[in-house]
Amino acid sequence: MTDTLTLSSVSKSFGGFRALDTVDFVARAGEVHALLGENGAGKSTLMNIACGLYAPDEGHVAIDGKTVRISGARDAAARGIGMVHQHFKLVPAFSVLENIMLFNPGRSPAEVAGKAQDLARQMGFEISLSDKAGTLGVAEQQRIEILKVLVAGARIIILDEPTAVLSPEEGRMLMGLVRKLAEAGSAVILVTHKLHEALHHSDRITVMRGGRKISETTPEGMDPASLTTLIVGEQIIEKPQLSKAVGPIEVELENVTLGGEAGRKGLVDVSFRVRRGEIYGVAGVSGNGQNELSAAIMGLSFPSSGRIGMNGLGDVSKRGPGYRRRHGLGCIPVDRYSHGLAGRISVTDNYAVNGAMAGAYGGWGFFKRGLAQAAAREAVAAYDVQGVRSLGQRAGLLSGGNAQKLVIAREFEGAPRVVLAHSPSRGLDVRAGAAVHERLRAARDRGAAVILISDDLDEIMLLSDRIGVLNSGRLTREFKAPAERGDIGAAMVSHE
Amino acid sequence: MSDFLLNWLINIPGFAAPFALAALGLIITERAGVLNLGAEGFMLVGALAGVGAMLNGSAPLLALGGSVVAGMLLGLLFAVMVASLRINHVISGLALVFFAQALVSFIASAERWNNKAIAGLEPVFLGQDVVIFAVPLLTLAVLWLLNKTRFGLSLRAVGENPGAADAAGIDVTAMRFAAIVIGAGLIGLAGGYLTVAVARIWVDTVVGGRGWIAIALVIFARWHPWRAVLGAVLFGCIEALIPRIAATGADVPRYFLQMTPYLATLGVMIWAALRGSDRWAQPAALGQHHIREERD
Repeated sequence: MTDTLTLSSVSKSFGGFRALDTVDFVARAGEVHALLGENGAGKSTLMNIACGLYAPDEGHVAIDGKTVRISGARDAAARGIGMVHQHFKLVPAFSVLENIMLFNPGRSPAEVAGKAQDLARQMGFEISLSDKAGTLGVAEQQRIEILKVLVAGARIIILDEPTAVLSPEEGRMLMGLVRKLAEAGSAVILVTHKLHEALHHSDRITVMRGGRKISETTPEGMDPASLTTLIVGEQIIEKPQLSKAVGPIEVELENVTLGGEAGRKGLVDVSFRVRRGEIYGVAGVSGNGQNELSAAIMGLSFPSSGRIGMNGLGDVSKRGPGYRRRHGLGCIPVDRYSHGLAGRISVTDNYAVNGAMAGAYGGWGFFKRGLAQAAAREAVAAYDVQGVRSLGQRAGLLSGGNAQKLVIAREFEGAPRVVLAHSPSRGLDVRAGAAVHERLRAARDRGAAVILISDDLDEIMLLSDRIGVLNSGRLTREFKAPAERGDIGAAMVSHE
Repeated sequence: MSDFLLNWLINIPGFAAPFALAALGLIITERAGVLNLGAEGFMLVGALAGVGAMLNGSAPLLALGGSVVAGMLLGLLFAVMVASLRINHVISGLALVFFAQALVSFIASAERWNNKAIAGLEPVFLGQDVVIFAVPLLTLAVLWLLNKTRFGLSLRAVGENPGAADAAGIDVTAMRFAAIVIGAGLIGLAGGYLTVAVARIWVDTVVGGRGWIAIALVIFARWHPWRAVLGAVLFGCIEALIPRIAATGADVPRYFLQMTPYLATLGVMIWAALRGSDRWAQPAALGQHHIREERD
């Protein structure tokens, strides 16, 4: 077997931070090589060097044994390296053919179309070249991305967290496709943090942590526990703890219907109730109404019909976010950088905005900065927000986990009776995710009603006392914990 | 009455051509994702360059060439600001208009070009000059450029999703640079046509807000060349009507008549907004800078 792509002793720093520290990595033709690691372990940086977006500070890159300098995306493509990004690089307004042509300049439309059709057939799927890319589902868009690099003649194919956006079924199909690519002679690199993909669908596993290569091994003889230990350096195993005391109904959705964004289904007749001291998990493949549900609960969109009841307030479905927050709603939004925090203003201001609206730091005229700062200092300590060099530092500089802790510190400050958390551990590593989960359990145990919307089924299973499944905008099934993972998964993808 | 109609019809193309040329230039720029509010400024320098060339003895078509070059030179400045330095598109465009207004009145007064009649472009057929016949051809050329060439594919990709274009190895900055300069040339030509073929004289207010109307026209046309030409003809009809009505001696206040193009502009924009589908027609990355993410 030949070494198709070799990265030798590669190092890379960003402004003093050593993102990669003398890493060796080899991809061989005909093999699927899984690259595992937490966020910030250096996987993306390593792959960006492989595809020419970054130049390494030290070390070198070789293709077929010859040292090369890759000068950019086009050069990488010309050398047979194809990167399928986690966030697709498609132009939604373009047809499938135009998207493929964009990546393959200087070839006639007829030639590109013929080649794309041939390759699609070899890989066992059908495509319609005239469809607009933006109208396709995520799994189809991903196939276009793969086709794009194949038409360009890629022999080294890098897939960056390819199943993150797919349903379990689509993920399985993709893994079948990945195997076919390897069998056709490509060197496939699978960047992932899903253990089972590495264990069941790869020929070789490299584990990275903190910018270093920790281990290179084969799936034989490994199991999830041993891989986890390699990835995080210690064992963090969370166990579900069910609620001990469930009280009266605190929040209630009744036949809530809400139009979706362009072309989306939105919400249709969604009803559920959440009691004090309980975590209600909303499971589902992303894009099935999660954003609309969270907007409806936060008060960012008003339902076109149905009601949202909060204990003691009656129907709040036409009340804005300010009203709901004043009356005991706390929210951890899905995108902490765009809805949770204002990145360019300070940690103090981000923390104090809630209290300031409530008048805790002075009335209309004056903002008592000293009080706000003291409160922020206390919260930063209490919620273990790391990386705060000063309270005046911009919140956008916090890492994902710490930014999330700051959001939680602010939202939990007034001990809200209803908590909405939307994918609260997305993008966080195992340790930071566990800390967030601990806070949610603590909120429940002090008597809050917690609504957890997440497309991560493991997170749902771990935290929820009851589970509702959102499918095509409808709440199709409800489960009581402990439930079978397989049953919930089936309800997520069934087309009834 | 038939005199009235004939006079009106024969004058429409002349009034429509500047709108059409400016709108085509704006479409090229904006399809690459650059919001161009500087149209009035590009028209002004084009208009002045045309007059200046004519007063210095150049042939009309050569003078129009000068307008194109003048527009492109100002376009270079705009391109450096928004494509290279990544200054806010709106602020750059507005600053450019004010700069151009001051620049042209300074040059015109320093060179004593004000209120001097020039010979102008002569009709070749049906009372229309050569530029009128070039407009449909230019429209076809713009369509071909945008839809049938690799350059056009890259340009549209940059306007829709610069991140995707970057990943495909397209130089986003260079594409926007090119789109701005080509577009500015066409808008400069629109200005030159105003002075060399229509007004045949320089006054500081010769462009008179037509750059702004062209911007509205592009929104109305949903960034599509043929629809832009159609809109240009519509505005040409309105503008050509104003002097006709005044000539009949009808009792309509002059300043009200002069307000009608702007009134029509507002109407068109409100109509386009109410129809609501424009959010999808607009290039998705219009007015946005592309900065490659340094770290995930």
